[in-house]
Order: sequence, then structure tokens, then C-alpha cells
Amino acid sequence: MPKVKVDGIEIEVPAGATVLQACEMAGKEIPRFCYHERLSIAGNCRMCLVEVKPGPPKPQASCALPAADNQEIFTASEMVKKAREGVMEFLLINHPLDCPICDQGGECDLQDQSVAYGRGHSRYDENKRAVTEKYMGPIVKTVMTRCIQCTRCVRFAEEVAGVPEIGAIYRGENMQITTYLEHAAKSELSGNVVDLCPVGALTSKPYAFEARSWELKKTLAIDVMDAVGTNIRVDSRGRQVLRVLPRINDDVNEEWASDKTRHAVDGLVRKRLDKPYIRKGGKLVAVTWGEAFEAIAKAAKGAGNSVAAIAGDQLDCETMFAARELVHSLGGSMLEGRQGGLFYDTSSLSAVNFNSTIAGIETADAILLVGTNLRWEAPLINTRVRKAIKKGAKVFAIGPEIDQSYKVTWLGNDASLLTKLPAEIVDQFKSAHRPALIMGGGALGLEGAQGAGLAAIETLGLIRDGWNGFNVLHMAAARMGGLMLGYATDGGVKAIAEASPKLLFLMGADDVPFDLFGESFKVYVGHHGDKGAHAADVILPGAAYTEKAGTYVNTEGRVQRGDKAVFAPGDAREDWTILRALSDVLGKTLPFDSFEGLRTAMYAAVPALAQEGLVDYGWTAPKLAGKPKAVEIPSPIKDFYLTNAICRASPTMQRCSAELLHGEDFAEAAE
Amino acid sequence: MATQAPDAPPPPPPFVGPLEDKDRIFTNVYGYQPWNLKAAEKRGDWDKTKKLLELGQDAIIEVIKASGLRGRGGAGFPTGMKWSFMPKESRDGRPSFLVINADESEPGSCKDREIIRHDPHKLIEGALVAGYAMRARAAYIYIRGEYIYEAKVLEAAVKEAYDAGLIGKNACKSGYDFDVFVHRGAGAYICGEETAMIESLEGKKGQPRLKPPFPAGAGLYGCPTTVNNVESIAVAPTILRRGAAWFAGFGRENNRGTKLFQISGHVNRPCVVEESMSIPFRELIERHAGGIRGGWDNLLAVIPGGSSVPLVPASQCFDMPMDFDGCRAVGSGLGTAAVIVMDKSTDIVRAIARLSYFYKHESCGQCTPCREGTGWMWRVMERLVTGDADPGEIDMLFEVTKQVEGHTICALGDAAAWPIQGLIRHFRPEIERRIAAKRGGGVPALEAAE
Repeated sequence: MPKVKVDGIEIEVPAGATVLQACEMAGKEIPRFCYHERLSIAGNCRMCLVEVKPGPPKPQASCALPAADNQEIFTASEMVKKAREGVMEFLLINHPLDCPICDQGGECDLQDQSVAYGRGHSRYDENKRAVTEKYMGPIVKTVMTRCIQCTRCVRFAEEVAGVPEIGAIYRGENMQITTYLEHAAKSELSGNVVDLCPVGALTSKPYAFEARSWELKKTLAIDVMDAVGTNIRVDSRGRQVLRVLPRINDDVNEEWASDKTRHAVDGLVRKRLDKPYIRKGGKLVAVTWGEAFEAIAKAAKGAGNSVAAIAGDQLDCETMFAARELVHSLGGSMLEGRQGGLFYDTSSLSAVNFNSTIAGIETADAILLVGTNLRWEAPLINTRVRKAIKKGAKVFAIGPEIDQSYKVTWLGNDASLLTKLPAEIVDQFKSAHRPALIMGGGALGLEGAQGAGLAAIETLGLIRDGWNGFNVLHMAAARMGGLMLGYATDGGVKAIAEASPKLLFLMGADDVPFDLFGESFKVYVGHHGDKGAHAADVILPGAAYTEKAGTYVNTEGRVQRGDKAVFAPGDAREDWTILRALSDVLGKTLPFDSFEGLRTAMYAAVPALAQEGLVDYGWTAPKLAGKPKAVEIPSPIKDFYLTNAICRASPTMQRCSAELLHGEDFAEAAE
Repeated sequence: MATQAPDAPPPPPPFVGPLEDKDRIFTNVYGYQPWNLKAAEKRGDWDKTKKLLELGQDAIIEVIKASGLRGRGGAGFPTGMKWSFMPKESRDGRPSFLVINADESEPGSCKDREIIRHDPHKLIEGALVAGYAMRARAAYIYIRGEYIYEAKVLEAAVKEAYDAGLIGKNACKSGYDFDVFVHRGAGAYICGEETAMIESLEGKKGQPRLKPPFPAGAGLYGCPTTVNNVESIAVAPTILRRGAAWFAGFGRENNRGTKLFQISGHVNRPCVVEESMSIPFRELIERHAGGIRGGWDNLLAVIPGGSSVPLVPASQCFDMPMDFDGCRAVGSGLGTAAVIVMDKSTDIVRAIARLSYFYKHESCGQCTPCREGTGWMWRVMERLVTGDADPGEIDMLFEVTKQVEGHTICALGDAAAWPIQGLIRHFRPEIERRIAAKRGGGVPALEAAE
């Protein structure tokens, strides 16, 4: 533990810390552009120069200099001040003065730091450099004249996203950042370079010229596009969500977010259900809330206790709890969350949990992927696996071959392989310190695969002292919460269909095989006019995830809460209020009158939801038959950009899908 | 080699030339004899190389240290000490490498070219000896892309050495395996910087790396690496053969040995010549270059070490000892000993502006001060050439050079700043005169009538 002095403050820093980190620990702000905690050190912006003794009589780049015992560091000396002014001046001489039309304005590192560390005027009399724009896809807008060549985007693409498609060409003052062939960067994480860019060179294309950062209301929320539970900040103005940015949470998403998380939000203002509808003569007709409720009450009278609820993928726990209470109050018991028809044993929630935790998978040294396209199902877990590989982990996979952005040893696409793994691979897992298995949704639903996966705990030695390497990766934000609330019926959606409930509540469920429910009176409570609404007999317009506060449990069993950013459009209401009002009409008034009351009731029913953070399910493994047939494992996600109603309504996501996955050309580049 | 006898301390007045033929290391620098192995052997190369290796690795390094050899690539770091930084044994199975810098691109420098095209075996033998001493598995010779003929010669010479069993498996029957690879650059000056050279060898964009880690810890492919100039390596076998004391007998304290000087510009006979270190400038020019064009009164300034060191005005350079400390004493540097002589017909501002253009063109663009500063400096310099500037801009330019110098990852920023600093230090009146003339006042320009 080296001891250093920063501006006279003596502190002890951990071994391996840099001078920059030492300065931060001492509470000194060090300006920087190229340095980023989660990327490799480039040391090229030269903004973080400090004076270090002992050392050469010139300022040192603090981001790259290891802190050593008895160093004296000066962050505010005359030499440092001059060095910063100098670097700042160099950065600005070729930077355009277009802040008034730049989307980065207001949240621009260059702006802020030039105010804090720069000179008040320019001495540069020559012409400024101009750089042509580069095409980087539907997400990233480029204004390369503004680029200060910090190479954060280059390092992100190579190190975190695993797609080395961004780089620098030419040299000296002609150096340019580009995607080489001006193809869209083929990554699910490309939007992160917008956050990383310290200037306005890379900005968000869908958000271009929409708003200024200081006009936005910032709401802390949880993402529902996948089961990772990315911590997000929803930026809204008036009644519209304008953008979503990731928040830092080292346990979940670090500080990244997938493109879907960021950019599906323009789907929130399109194809929205803003009035109740009733199907009359095969046609949906807009009605009042009272008429809609009457229609449901009529159907409920004839239904008796033949009532079921199917929850969609993006629901919060509160909505699911309210729907469950309503079904129970009507005497029904059929609840299901795995809307697509997937079925597996849920007698032990720990056996369908991501037990190593998302942050923990980074430390694994042997990983077996079973039927999962990590890159699409959970891009942010994929980056963790990449990190594990960097530390030396080996990754094997059973399932359809895809480009995971790192080296994978493919064992084949055959579910039965799980029970007859090659001996040398078993040995590798046995000799590993932290072996892990990740079962994806694609494999989980196959007959016998779940049992075989659980049997692999024994054969591969996945559970050790202080380490549980058995992981199930869910794809729906609502899944773990739903399972905790009992949204699991033996046999899954098919069993419910066989029971043919008279009254069926579709809670934002769009991917149900609706044709199996021809006999049921279907009430769709949801926010988008998607497949669920098309099949419904009554539509009750609900709120999307940005329009209600809610509790979510991610795939590792982490309880997180998000806040409400905006109001739902038109007549749409928060889902729990709809169910509460409906229960009145049905004569089965639900016992809560406020959101707090609902939460209190929910906590009483499922105490684990009361505590934010990881739920301790207690490890137990059910005994299951483990003889999967020799069948191909299907790809669970067909199109990363179009997995739910919100992104299907989003023009940005449609464009991404068309261009990045289906290779369509867009003429814009040739404008 | 026998260590120096106790009765052989260097004589008090140091030997500063002229060098006798018997003391020359590069006996074929003008190419009067063929470069091939047979001719090289006649000149004494590859003579009992096995015995040199049998000295032992640490003993070789000790001899080089005792000889006082300082790196010939410009910075003048003690070569023996550099070699001693290499790990004595590999702790994790990583091999060590020697990288030989033949990317001679500094304007004014042309010594490595002569060594490679006329005496390549000196270099290859040196690579083996030096590589053996630092326990390297192989040597990579990174040769400048424009040196096409030289690369061909070098490749042929390496093949000759392989065929003769001098390098490769069991090199010189010493039991040591040592490979030599020739790698051709693509014409970027920055690849002459040691870490940029390593990046380029690895197939990446030639951009200097941050130090630490130093190449001796993690260099080529992350393995311990030493990067040496061609001349530093090529003189090693001769030093071992003739003894450290012999080599240390030339030049002043701290500036020992012989050196290839490359004299270009306004002298009567430009040449590359091996001379003793510390030879006075006037003697070097008189003896080997036939004096200054138009006589010594016509001398304007000298750049003593290649384009990246500040110029020295005539008044300060007559008796300047041509060595590291002698050039430093007048605010310049020996660099690669590429002596660029300029007489009074030179448009000195334009000459330095051209150098600024060179550095602007060759900046790699990685770090801010150099990327932005070199272009700015060049543009201002271009205006100073015609006097189309404000007198205040001279001070501003000087300040900008100070903002670049010492703030960059590698030394290219310094190299771009120094020539301009030298110009402003010594020729400020000339710049001011041009500005005044352009503004229609002041003294009418003499050159204007040219």
C-alpha cells in the first residue's frame, strides 16, 4: 500500500492504483478526456497532467502513472495549471464553435473543462480543420469535426463490445475516427459510444435536436427490455420520454445499456392504446371505461371461477400482484407468466435463478452455455463473459452457432449432448476453480433439458465452497418476479388453454398462442396495440414501464424499484388502478386503495419483494428426469430488435432490425 | 576480453581525433569492397564469434558498459546499461527479443544506410552478440520502407549468415539458437520511436506506447525487448574484439568512442565519416568535408544532430566538441550526429518552416499537444517566412512550442518544438525584420533583391 502526498494531503492508496486515482481519493478533481474507468488506459488526451516528485521536471500523465511510495503529487501548481491550459487550447483550436447547434451542449466534457481549466480567449488565427462525417449506423450520429481523438469509442468497441469495427485512420492532425468501410457498427451496445464520447462527435441519432439536457426531467427507473434489470435514467420532457440513459450499478449493468434499452423508447409514443375498446361484431370499438367494465362484468358472471391471467414479459410485480388478487378473488387459480408456452419446473426458484450473479460470472474460469444466445438475450451479461475470457476463462457452448463476439468452443447443437459431454471438457470443468453453466430459455423448455442441466451440477462440479455456478438466464424482465408471485401453472400456457378459462386476463401479454384460447373472453390490459390487443375482446389501456412505479426482479433474483417518469397517454391508467376499479364493478373489491397499500399487501404476501437487493432463495434442486432427446435447440430470439410490443412500435428498432440484421440498405449515407 | 590492465588509465587530455585508419570500425563504409560474407570475413567480421560468445553474457555487458558506448540513435542512453535491464532468466516462459532500429528517417541522418548496404554483416554479427548478451531469442531488424536496395542487401546478407550457420540454430556452433528477421517499414517517421516500432512490428498502427511499462519489461508481443540503433549494435563485436579500453580511448569523459558523422548541406564535400567523438566541429568539417562553401565567414548556422535538435549559430559552433555534452552546452544536441551545415545563402526561417512541415506530416496524431500543436506551429512558421504576421506572434509561437515540449507521450513533440525554439532564440531579429518589411516599414530586405 503506497503512501503518497497529494497537494500536501497524505493518503494511502491500494497497490496498483494510478496517480489519477490517488488524486481522486484525496478529493482532488483531475480533468480528463481519454481516461475512463472501464476502458484501457490510452494516455493520449494529456489533460490529466500533474506534477510528480520525484520525477522528470515535466508534468506527467496521471492516468497512466502508477502511484508509488513517497510520491509527492501537485494538482494545482503553476506547472500543472499551464499544462492544462496548453492542452485545453490545443483541443479547442480545431474544435468548431458550434455549441449552439450541438446536441452535447450542456453535458459536454469539453465545454465544462474549458470553462474550468482553459484560457478565456483563443490565440489561434488559422483556419480550423473540418472532417467528413462517418456513417456509424442508425443509432450513432457523427459530427467528426468535433472529434478530439480521445479513442474512447475505439477502445469500447474493441474491449467491451467485442466488435473491433471502429478505429483511427490517417495520422497527425488528419487522424480520423471511422468505421473503416462506413458500415454500421454491428453491435447491440453501439449506443454506449454516445455516452462515452466526451464531446459532440458521436451523438444519439434518434435523439438528434430533440431537447437540451437541462430541460429534461430525470427519473430513476429499471429497464424491462431483458431480464438483466439495467438501471436506467429516464429523461422526459412534458409527457414524452425523450431518451433513456444507463445509471452506474456495478452489480448489474456497470454503466452500459443495450441499444434496445436506450432507443426503444420512441415506441412509447406510437401505436399506444389510449382508450378502452370493446369488440363488437368482430370490430374493436372505442368505449368509455364504464362500458368496458360492464362488458367484463357480464362475462365474469357467466365465468364463475373459470378465470385465468397470463402476464406479459415487461410487467412490474405490483401489476402482477393486483391481477393475481383479482383472479383469486373471483375464485380462479390459473396464473402463468411464461406466455410463449415455455414450461419448466419451478418448484425451487433457486434452481431457475442466475446463481453466480451477473457480476460473479466475471470471475468464472470455465463456462458452458446451453442453448443461449447471450449476445441477444442479455448483451450486458455477454460483456461480463467477455471479461471473464480476458481473465483466462474458457467458454464452451451447446446450441445454434452464432458470433458471440468472443472465442467459443462449439460442441454442437444437440440437447442430448448435455448428458454426454466429452471427457476432456468435463475434466476442464472439474479442474476449474469457478466453473459455471448458463442455461438459456432456448434449452430450458426442451423436455428433459432442465433435469440434465441440474444433473450437470454434479458431473461438472458447479457448486463449490462459496460458489454456485448453476445459472438460468431468463429473457423477460417480469419472469423472476412472476415466479415469486406464483405465475406458474403446471404445464404452462398449454395447460391453461386445455382448461379453457371462460375469462382470461392478458396482462400486457402479446406473445401468447391466442388461437388456443378461442373460447375464452379475453381482456387485454396493456399499453400497445400489438398482438394481444388484436386478439382481445375488451381492451383496457394501461401504462408502460416509464409511466408507473414498479418493482422488478432480474434474472439473478435482484429486487429493484423504478419510478414513474411520465403519465400514460389519453385515458390510459396505471394498471393496478384499472384492476382495482374493475374489482369494484365485479363486486370483489380489492383490499388496497393506494399504491402504498398495494405494496404493503404485496410485501405481506411475498416478503422477499420488500427488500431491495438479491433475494436469498436458499439452494435446493428438484429431482427431475434428465434425458433430453437428441433434438436441435431452437434460437429463442429471432430478432434482437423486435422482441416486445414497445420495440416493435419503435421506428429506431425497426430500422436497426432492417439494416443490421436483414442487411437492408438505406440511402441516407449518400445524401 | 582481458579487462583493462591497471596501468592503463585514459591519458588526461582526451583523444579527440583525427581518427587513424587502423582505429576505424566501419572499414567499408564507402563500399569500395563488396558487402558479401566473404569480403566481410576478410575485414574481420565473424572472426571467432563463438569465442566472443564464450565470454559469457554478463561479461559481454560489462565490456560494453566499460567501453562507455552510448546509444547512437539520438538519445545517447548508455548501451551496456540498457542491455543489463533485460531479465536474466524468463520467469514465465516468455522469450526476450532484440529489436534493431533501422528506420532511419531523421532528415540529415544517413549512417545506418551506409552500414546496411556496405557492411551488413557487422550488423548481423552485432545482433547475434547483443542478442546473446541480453538472452534474446531473436532479433528483428526494422528497416525503413524507402530503403529498398538496403533491405535487399540486408535480406541477402541474413540469408548468407543463415547458410553459413552463423545465425539460426546453434549459431556459430555456440549452442545458442538465434534468429534474425528483417521487417520492412512502410515509411512512417514515427515508427523510429522504439515503442511505435514495436507496435508496428506487431502489425498495428505505429503509435508510441505509454511508458511505463518499458520495453525491457513488456515490449514486443508483451515480451522483454530492447530496441537499439543499428550503429550501437554494429560496433559491439569490434568493441569486444579490441577491448573496452580501446573504445573508451576516444572522446571525452562520458562521450567515448568513435562515431559515424553525416555531414550534409553547404560544405564542399558532404560525406559520412567515422571519427572520434568530441572532435571539434571546425576540424571535422575542414578535414573531411572540405570546409564550408564560401569559407568560414559564410557559415550561418549548423544543426549538429539531425532535424530534431535546435540549430547552433555560426558564432557558437567553431570550437564546439562534437559530442553529447559539447552540443548540449550550446543548447543543442548531438542526436544522430547528422550535421546539417547552412551557409548565408540559406533562408533560415524557411528551412525551419520546412522542418515544421515535416513534423506536422509525421506526427502520429495520438496525443493532443503534438497532433494539434505541430499543425499550428507549421502554419505560423509559414507566415513568418513571408513576414505575414504580428510581432507578438513570435512570442506566442515560442510559448506554443513550450506547450508541446514535454507534454507528449513520445519525443516527437519535443523534436518538433526544438528547431523552432532554436530559430527564435538565435534568429529573432531576422523574423522581426521580415515582419517589419512586410508591413512596409523597417529595413529593406537584402534578400529581396536576390
